[in-house]
Amino acid sequence: MAEVLVYVDHVDGAVRKPTLELLTLARRIGEPVAVALGAGAEATAAVLAEHGAVKVLTADAPEFSDYLVVPKVDALQAAYDAVSPAAVLVPSSAEGKEIAARLAVRIGSGIITDATDLEAGDEGPVATQAAFAASFSTKSRVSKGTPVITVKPNSAPVEAAPAAGTVEALAVTFGALATGTKVTSRTPRESTGRPELTEAAIVVSGGRGVNGAENFHIIEALADSLGAAVGASRAAVDAGWYPHSNQVGQTGKSVSPQLYIASGISGAIQHRAGMQTSKTIVAINKDAEAPIFDLVDYGVVGDLFAVVPQLTDEIKARKG
Amino acid sequence: MSLRIVVCVKYVPDATGDRQFTEDLTVNRDDVDGLLSELDEYAVEQALQIADEADDAEITVLTVGPEDAKDALRKALSMGADKAIHVEDDDLHGSDVMATSLVLAKAIEKAGYDLVITGMASTDGTMGVLPAILAERLGVPQVTLLSEVKVEDGVVTGRRDGDSASEQLEASLPALVSVTDQSGEARYPSFKGIMAAKKKPVESWDLEELDIESDEVGLEGSWTAVDSATQRPARTAGTIVKDEGEGGKQLAAFLAEQKFI
Ligand SMILES: Cc1cc2nc3c(=O)[nH]c(=O)nc-3n(C[C@H](O)[C@H](O)[C@H](O)COP(=O)(O)OP(=O)(O)OC[C@H]3O[C@@H](n4cnc5c(N)ncnc54)[C@H](O)[C@@H]3O)c2cc1C
Ligand SMILES: Nc1ncnc2c1ncn2[C@@H]1O[C@H](COP(=O)(O)O)[C@@H](O)[C@H]1O
Repeated sequence: MAEVLVYVDHVDGAVRKPTLELLTLARRIGEPVAVALGAGAEATAAVLAEHGAVKVLTADAPEFSDYLVVPKVDALQAAYDAVSPAAVLVPSSAEGKEIAARLAVRIGSGIITDATDLEAGDEGPVATQAAFAASFSTKSRVSKGTPVITVKPNSAPVEAAPAAGTVEALAVTFGALATGTKVTSRTPRESTGRPELTEAAIVVSGGRGVNGAENFHIIEALADSLGAAVGASRAAVDAGWYPHSNQVGQTGKSVSPQLYIASGISGAIQHRAGMQTSKTIVAINKDAEAPIFDLVDYGVVGDLFAVVPQLTDEIKARKG
Repeated sequence: MSLRIVVCVKYVPDATGDRQFTEDLTVNRDDVDGLLSELDEYAVEQALQIADEADDAEITVLTVGPEDAKDALRKALSMGADKAIHVEDDDLHGSDVMATSLVLAKAIEKAGYDLVITGMASTDGTMGVLPAILAERLGVPQVTLLSEVKVEDGVVTGRRDGDSASEQLEASLPALVSVTDQSGEARYPSFKGIMAAKKKPVESWDLEELDIESDEVGLEGSWTAVDSATQRPARTAGTIVKDEGEGGKQLAAFLAEQKFI
């Protein structure tokens, strides 16, 4: 059976959920061979094996953290040369997309980004993508070379599928471009204790209607009552009320949770682009004409300062 | 010595219009008004600021696109760029990111450059991978997704706010930079700028001038194929209630019914 390379997104050995989803998709096409780089790479093997990786290729070197993107491309290319896979799957993070794109140029392959589903097809894997702020759904294929495909979080279920997960060291030689862009300092994002925005099952977002950083605790309290991640519209982010890393939309994160709750958000096309594929959408807005209501499964026309706290209290009461 | 900056800008259908695909499954560029991608305005703005700080700099804006894409170049020129290059050829229709990046790379090399600046993503394709591909093709450092950028003594530095960390980056010129919409609002063209833009040079290049064969680009030369595009059914109208004092409780009841609580 053909092998499929899966690029592993992990933090010091802790594998992030989208990578496990990739393993589910990879198994539809062939046998997953995982590539884990950097500190803690070997520690990823157990979890990857549990979810179907037949092999885990690992490499660690200071270059992976000291220089931007290119060292990882060199390593992924080394894995590609070693395995000759039927496809290469990479999580659709900002960095993942850049790594995938550069690999694709090097190996002379086409690239598909931000797939939301993947199936085996007669002419290679067929990817589903959302286009034009998710108003269209397209099916596409790579028609030249080995398909390189980046996949968005929440595109497939995480499934247990125990496999060998044999760890093998990957030999990597860095090219001249690897040390081109130096990372001179790195400030890790502070953990909020809430789920990762792109991976969360529930996202609770606030917009301009929240009317001040000091009011965002209302949104956070609702999120915490549901175990949800907190999102924000660009208007709220630009006003400085909430960090940019929480922005949902075209130039922020794209989310696809089971439940999306928008409070004080009008529903501009660029915001929709990042949340329109959510399974269930709920909105609270005092303007009955707000375009967000065109998307909702349930909407409340009202003042978020009254509705949201009441909702939070009721959720807490119901949960007991 | 003069700092040569090339800014890549894309002409895109207005995102607030009713965007559609054509029969050959390429983006329909006829029925929705086009404009300079808003995300590329940030690239032009940073180029202008970098040029202001340099002793001597020249900004060339470059686009690959149909006849109308000249509008995007005019807008960038009216913001303050010095000259423009329009790569236009019938054979380019349907080019994917690999084909487009090939054309851009050849054009950038022909134009000559110390610094290439792009937007973070195009607002129609939204792939956001072209900058990395261009850096690979040009063989220069990629300093991408910057929310802050500075060029001094032949070195570009900037801040990249990544998924898990904020990083400070540094590379020597020549280099490729992409900037995000956090990098600072783009200026509006002044009346004077608009008038001046009319006299600024706009060169047109075709594939032959770039030594590119027609089968390397367009639908033929693209390395991906779109098999189908279907409009998502409009979401079925949901329940909308007006808050009469019980809105939060009603919403909770809905969430409970949907098993979210
Ligand atoms: C290139 C580009 C990229 C962009 N990228 C993004 C992006 O990634 N994400 C994004 O979100 N936007 C993005 N935008 C901006 C987008 O166009 C909108 O401006 C933005 O989404 C508006 O945010 P908002 O809905 O919070 O604010 P508004 O549109 O001002 O809406 C606020 C809403 O709150 C309601 N409201 C006010 N007070 C209350 C109250 N007390 N109770 C209940 N409701 C209340 C109002 O009725 C209104 O509907 C982008 C724009 C461009 C041009
Ligand atoms: N046809 C084009 N002409 C010029 N620049 C482009 C073109 N397509 C993309 N770009 C540049 O590449 C960036 C990222 O594009 P993309 O990868 O298509 O999302 C854009 O912000 C532009 O700066």
